[in-house]
Amino acid sequence: MAVIAPVAPSTTRLHRRTPRTPRTLLGLSVLIAAIMALPLVFLFILTDHAGWSEVRQLIDRRLTLTLLWNTVRLTVVVTVLCAVIGTATAWCIERTNLPGRQVWAVLVVVPLAIPDFVVSFGWTSLSNHVVGFHGAVLVMTLAVYPLVHLPVAASLRNADPSQEEMSGSLGVGRLRTFWRVTVGQARGAILGGCLLVSLVMLAEYGAFEILSYRTFTTEIFTEFHVAFDLPGACALSLVLVALSIVAVGGDLRLRSHGQVARTGSHAQRVTRRHDLGRAKIPVLLGFLALIGLAIGVPVGAAIYWMVQGGPPAITGVSLGSATAHTALYAAGAGAIATVAALPIALLSVRHPGRLGNLLERSTLLVLAMPGLVTALALSYFVERYAGGHLYQSATLLVLAYAILFFPLALVAVRASVMRAPARLEDVARSLGRGRVSVLLRVTLPLIAPGLAAAFCLVFLSVVTELTATLILIPTGVQTLATQFWQYQTNLSYSQAAPFALLMMGIAAVPSLVLGRWFDRLPAKAV
Amino acid sequence: MPVSRPRPTTIAAAATAVAAVLALAGCGSSNSGGTAPSGSQSTGSSSAGSQTITLYNGQHEQTTDALVAGFEKKTGIKVKVRNDDEDVFDDQILTEGSHSPADVIYTENTPALQFLQEHNLLAKVDPTTLAKTPSKYNSPQGDWLGISARVSVLDYDPSLISASQLPKTALALADPQYQGKLAIAPGETDFQPVVTSMIKQYGSARTLAWLKGLKANAGSHDYPDNETIASDVNDGKVAFGLINQYYWYRLGAEIGTSKYHSQIAYFAPHDPGYVLDVSGAAVLASSKHQAAAQQFLAYLNSPAGQEIIAHSDSFEYPIASGVSRGAPETPFNQLRPNPIDLEQLGDGQAAVNLMKQAQLL
Repeated sequence: MAVIAPVAPSTTRLHRRTPRTPRTLLGLSVLIAAIMALPLVFLFILTDHAGWSEVRQLIDRRLTLTLLWNTVRLTVVVTVLCAVIGTATAWCIERTNLPGRQVWAVLVVVPLAIPDFVVSFGWTSLSNHVVGFHGAVLVMTLAVYPLVHLPVAASLRNADPSQEEMSGSLGVGRLRTFWRVTVGQARGAILGGCLLVSLVMLAEYGAFEILSYRTFTTEIFTEFHVAFDLPGACALSLVLVALSIVAVGGDLRLRSHGQVARTGSHAQRVTRRHDLGRAKIPVLLGFLALIGLAIGVPVGAAIYWMVQGGPPAITGVSLGSATAHTALYAAGAGAIATVAALPIALLSVRHPGRLGNLLERSTLLVLAMPGLVTALALSYFVERYAGGHLYQSATLLVLAYAILFFPLALVAVRASVMRAPARLEDVARSLGRGRVSVLLRVTLPLIAPGLAAAFCLVFLSVVTELTATLILIPTGVQTLATQFWQYQTNLSYSQAAPFALLMMGIAAVPSLVLGRWFDRLPAKAV
Repeated sequence: MPVSRPRPTTIAAAATAVAAVLALAGCGSSNSGGTAPSGSQSTGSSSAGSQTITLYNGQHEQTTDALVAGFEKKTGIKVKVRNDDEDVFDDQILTEGSHSPADVIYTENTPALQFLQEHNLLAKVDPTTLAKTPSKYNSPQGDWLGISARVSVLDYDPSLISASQLPKTALALADPQYQGKLAIAPGETDFQPVVTSMIKQYGSARTLAWLKGLKANAGSHDYPDNETIASDVNDGKVAFGLINQYYWYRLGAEIGTSKYHSQIAYFAPHDPGYVLDVSGAAVLASSKHQAAAQQFLAYLNSPAGQEIIAHSDSFEYPIASGVSRGAPETPFNQLRPNPIDLEQLGDGQAAVNLMKQAQLL
C-alpha cells in the first residue's frame, strides 16, 4: 500500500507490541531449520562411529593448537579487513556521487565467483612472497569482501537517509555522521556480513593448500584424503562447528546492542548523494586498485594460460553446456535459498524470542562445514530413507547448494527485514489486509533489495562450488567449475582458462540485471 | 511525498522475477529426469542391447578418456565417467551403500581399493582377467586388478645439487646435510607407501625418527602435491624432491624441453625408498551390471588397453604381460624397486599414524 498513515513517530521497534507468532511462520521456520541441520546430524552420527576417544587423540596434539591458532588469527584479521572494505565500497556506491557507480557495483562482487585455484595461482606466479599468513590474508580478503559489500549495499539502499541529513543539520561532522548514523543503520548488515566472512574462513581449504598455509580445515582434509578416515574428519569438523558457534554467538551479542530501525514515516524517497568533492580522485584510485588486485590478477593468470598452450587436449563438454548448467543450478539455488530464508528472517526480526533466535542462529552453522560433509550427508539420508532416489540428480544438487549457502541468503534477507518498518505492515493489516496480502504487497517490496542481494550471494557462491558438486552432479553433466577443475588437475591450463573467465563473466550477470532493475525503483538515489 | 504510483509496477516486477527464477529452478529439476539416469534407472535399459556402466574415475583423465573410447568402440557398452579424487570416491561409495550408482572404480593407488576391499564393497575380479597381470600387482584376495605402475624417484635441479651429492637411500633423506634442500608432499597418496616401506624395513621407532628428520630438512618445502614439487624444482626454488617418476615426465610434456632442466635419479636398487605404486581397478559388489563391468576390467589389461596406457601422456608403465612402455622412460624391467608387496602397503594406516606423530600431517 502506498498510503502512509500519519502515525506518531515512535523511535524503535522495541516499543511495538509484538504480535503473537503466526503458526504457519513458525512451522515453516522449524521445517527449514530442520533441513539445514541435516549436515550437523550426519556429523554427529559419524563421530559417534569413530568413537570419542579417537577424537580426543586427534585433537590432543601440539600441531592442533598451532593450526587452531592459525585458523583463528586469520579469521579475525580477514573479517576486520572485509568489514572495512565491504562497508566502504557499499557506501561509496550507494550514497556518493562516485563516477561510474553502476560499473563498480557490478565489478565489485565478481571476486566471489573466481575459483581459489585461479586466484592463488595468479598471486603465487606474480610473487614468491604471497605465501603463509600474509599471503592468505591478502588472497582471502580480496576474495570474500563481497560477502560484506552485498548485504551492506542492500541495507543502505533501503535505509532512511533523513537521519544522516538530520545529523548533518544538527552540526555533527561528516565523519561522525558516517560513523554514528550510516554505520549504525547498516550495523545489522555489517555484522551479518562479518559473520559470513568468518564462517566461510573457517571452512576454507583450497586456497590455503595452494598458499601453503595450514589451518584446522586443512587438517580435516588430510584426514579425508590421506587417512581415508571420514569419521575422524567428521569428528574434527565438530571443532569447526564449535568455533562457528562462538562466532554466531558473538554476533548475537554485538547485534543486541541498540537496534535502530527506520524511523521516518516515509517508506522510500529520493536521497541526495554525498558529494565526494576533492576525495573523488583518491576514492576512484582506491576502487581501481581493489578491482585490479581482486579481478586483474586472476584474469591475468587465466589469459597467461590461454597464450601459453599446453599438453595434448582432453575431451570435455562445450563452454555453452557448462555455462547453461551453471546458470540454471545457481539461479535455482539462489531462488530456493532466498525464499527459504524469508520465514526465518521474518520470525527472528518480527517475533524476537528464544526460539526464533535459536532457529535463526542454528541455520548459520552449515556455512562453516566443509561442502564435502554436506554433500555426503545428503547422500547418506537419501540412501537411508529414500532408497537412493534423486541421488545425483539436478534436484538434489540444487537443494544441496541451497543448503550450503542458505546462511548467505538469510543474512541478506534479515538485514533488509530489520530496515523495513514493521509499522507499515501493521497499518496495512489494520486496514483489513490479510497476512499473505501484507507480505506480498508491503513487506516484499520493502525488502526487495535484500532479496536481490541474497539471490546474488547464493548465485555467485554456487558458480565456484566444487567439492559437493563433484559428488552430487548428474553423471555426464559438467558445470564451469567441474570442467575447469578437470582441465586444471590434468595440467591442461590453456583449456581450463576459458572456463575460469566465463565463471567471472557469469558472476557479473545477476548484479547487472538486478542493479538495472533497482535503478528504476522509486528509492533511487540521485 | 510518499512514493505512491510506481508501487504496483514494483510488485509486478518482483513477482515476475521470482516467477522467472522459480521457473528456472523448475527447469533444473525437470532436467534431472532427462539427463541423469542414475544407477537404478539405467538398470532398465541393461536388459536391452546397449548397456551403460558408470565409472568412478580417480585416474588421470587423459588416459581414462582414451581407454573408455577404446572400450566403447570394441564392445558397444557405454561408459559414463565421473571424475573426483579417489579418496572422496571411497567415502562416497561407503555412504551410497547398496544403492551406489558406480559399477567400476579406477584409482591411482591401491590403498583406495584396499580400503573398499576391507569394507567388503568389492566383487571378485574374473580369474582369467587377473591371470593376465603378474599376481604380485593384484589383490591377493582377487578383489581388485593392477593396471599400471609408477615408481618413486628423486627429482633434482642439477645447478643446485649434483647427482653424486644426492642421497642414494631413503634413510639418507633425513641426513642434516640436506637441510633446506629437500621437498616433500606428505599429504599426497604417493608419499605414504614410502613410509610404509620404511616401517617394514626399519620398524616404527626408527621410521618416526626418520620422519622427524625429513620434516626438519623440508622446512618450508612441505608441499601440497607432487606437481608443485616438480615445477618448483624445475624453477630452482628447491634443490630436490621426492616424487613419483611420472610427474617429472608430465611436467616435461607440459612445458617443453627448452625450459626443462631438472633431472630424475633413482634410489639404490631395492632401497625402501624405491617403491612401486600400482594403479588399479575393481568392480563394485553392488553393481547391477556385473558382466559389463567385468568386461571393462578385462579391457583395461588387454593388449589394446595396455597399449593405450603405454602411449598415453600420463607416463605410467603398463603391467599386464606383453606390452611395454618405450623411451624416454627407463624400461620397466630395468627398475629395481623394493620388493614389498601391495598387500603389505595395505591401506597405509600405520604410515599415516606415524606421519601424524611426526607432525607432518
